[in-house]
Amino acid sequence: MSAPLGAGPSGAGAPRVVVLDYGSGNVHSAAKALEAAGARVDLTADSAKVRDADGLVVPGVGAFDAVMRQLTAVRGGEKIERRLAGGRPVLGICVGMQVLFERGIERGIDTEGLGEWPGVVDELDAPVLPHMGWNTVEAPPESLLFRGISDERFYFVHSNAARSWTLDPIGAFAHPAVTWARHGDRFVAAVENGPLSATQFHPEKSGAPGIQLLRNWLSTL
Amino acid sequence: MTVVTRVIPCLDVAAGRVVKGVNFLDLRDAGDPVELARRYYEQGADEVTFLDVTATVEDRATMYETVTATAEQVFIPLTVGGGVRSHDDVARLLGSGADKVGVNSAAIARPALLGEIADRFGAQVLVLSLDVKRSTRTSSGFVVTTHGGRTETELDALDWAKEAIDRGAGELLVNSIDADGTKNGYDLELVAAVRELSSVPVIASGGAGAVEHFAPAVAAGADAVLAASVFHNGELTVGDVKAALAAEGIATR
Repeated sequence: MSAPLGAGPSGAGAPRVVVLDYGSGNVHSAAKALEAAGARVDLTADSAKVRDADGLVVPGVGAFDAVMRQLTAVRGGEKIERRLAGGRPVLGICVGMQVLFERGIERGIDTEGLGEWPGVVDELDAPVLPHMGWNTVEAPPESLLFRGISDERFYFVHSNAARSWTLDPIGAFAHPAVTWARHGDRFVAAVENGPLSATQFHPEKSGAPGIQLLRNWLSTL
Repeated sequence: MTVVTRVIPCLDVAAGRVVKGVNFLDLRDAGDPVELARRYYEQGADEVTFLDVTATVEDRATMYETVTATAEQVFIPLTVGGGVRSHDDVARLLGSGADKVGVNSAAIARPALLGEIADRFGAQVLVLSLDVKRSTRTSSGFVVTTHGGRTETELDALDWAKEAIDRGAGELLVNSIDADGTKNGYDLELVAAVRELSSVPVIASGGAGAVEHFAPAVAAGADAVLAASVFHNGELTVGDVKAALAAEGIATR
């Protein structure tokens, strides 16, 4: 009934993507959406495969501290760090984005994140939480992820987010492209920062615009 | 600018087959939940819900395959409810490709289950399903039922909803047993009463029979509207419902 992972429609020239399999998140859906966007996908935490893939996707669902613990158990932080040191693309999704910040505070638990970006992820101030459903985003004109996508909504499901962005551009490095959304507070919906990109929403659950965003990311690999 | 009203078709599934009232003339296999879910995805559904009405363990295994096959083609959130008894059941459903899991009678029997699921997977995966009947036996006038409304519990529906949120439910699926199957519209007083107390999203369910039934449920406070037979028998498309909501000034995707 179901085709094996990695046996999608894409041919030999398709980018090879590893979805980091560390027990968190709906990895199955992320893999299938990436295949629909044209990637060849491996679901693994194997060091060599993670290192050698054209792109690494880090999904994440659940509490910040639980995701950090699961990530640490497969030495996920080091694997991400190693790719970034070589300028090799990484895409974090949902809590897979949140853990890229310095700290997360969730249900009173203060947890150290991977610290790729300064800032804290904590609870949005909104009348209804989780922020669950389809919302608009404000992407900057230089965004590659949102290229060709306008007036579309993406599927969010989370209660916590980064409500500020404090990473200043350094010297000759390209400025990070930061995309915002609003639910009660304004918060970071997506970041494109050199090889490191992330979305707070779920592109793999956002219908055709989500697949297009993944296709845009694949085109940068 | 925030989230828009979601429109959610719901399919009753047993042993990998849709069990009631599907009547699309142009479907290759009108009983295949994967094909139906795909149809609703193409119509613009914001989520799809499967209710597993399976009785046996063997058939339950089939449900996981159905979820996996659906998640390969349908790139919107998929909720699966029915028969979820433990956080291991939740793990298996999420691992199969479900995004959210509906819990009903097992949480009534053992409320601590809600906290266990929320702690392990986060509140956002946990939908509390409430089958509610009007009753003079509880102070709010609404009582929680089980077994499709055939058995009344002692629980006041509003008290139970509040407790479930405190224990970690991230969304409430509020199904009116009185309205279910009548096609006379949602129980708007029930929706409004739950909205009043709820800090999490509320899905209205039970009673949708015509295109004009959806906007009042949203006006009463629903974040999402769920329906089954009006979609399955081809009376309405998801697009029809969204057009009717838009005509009342309610934003959709």
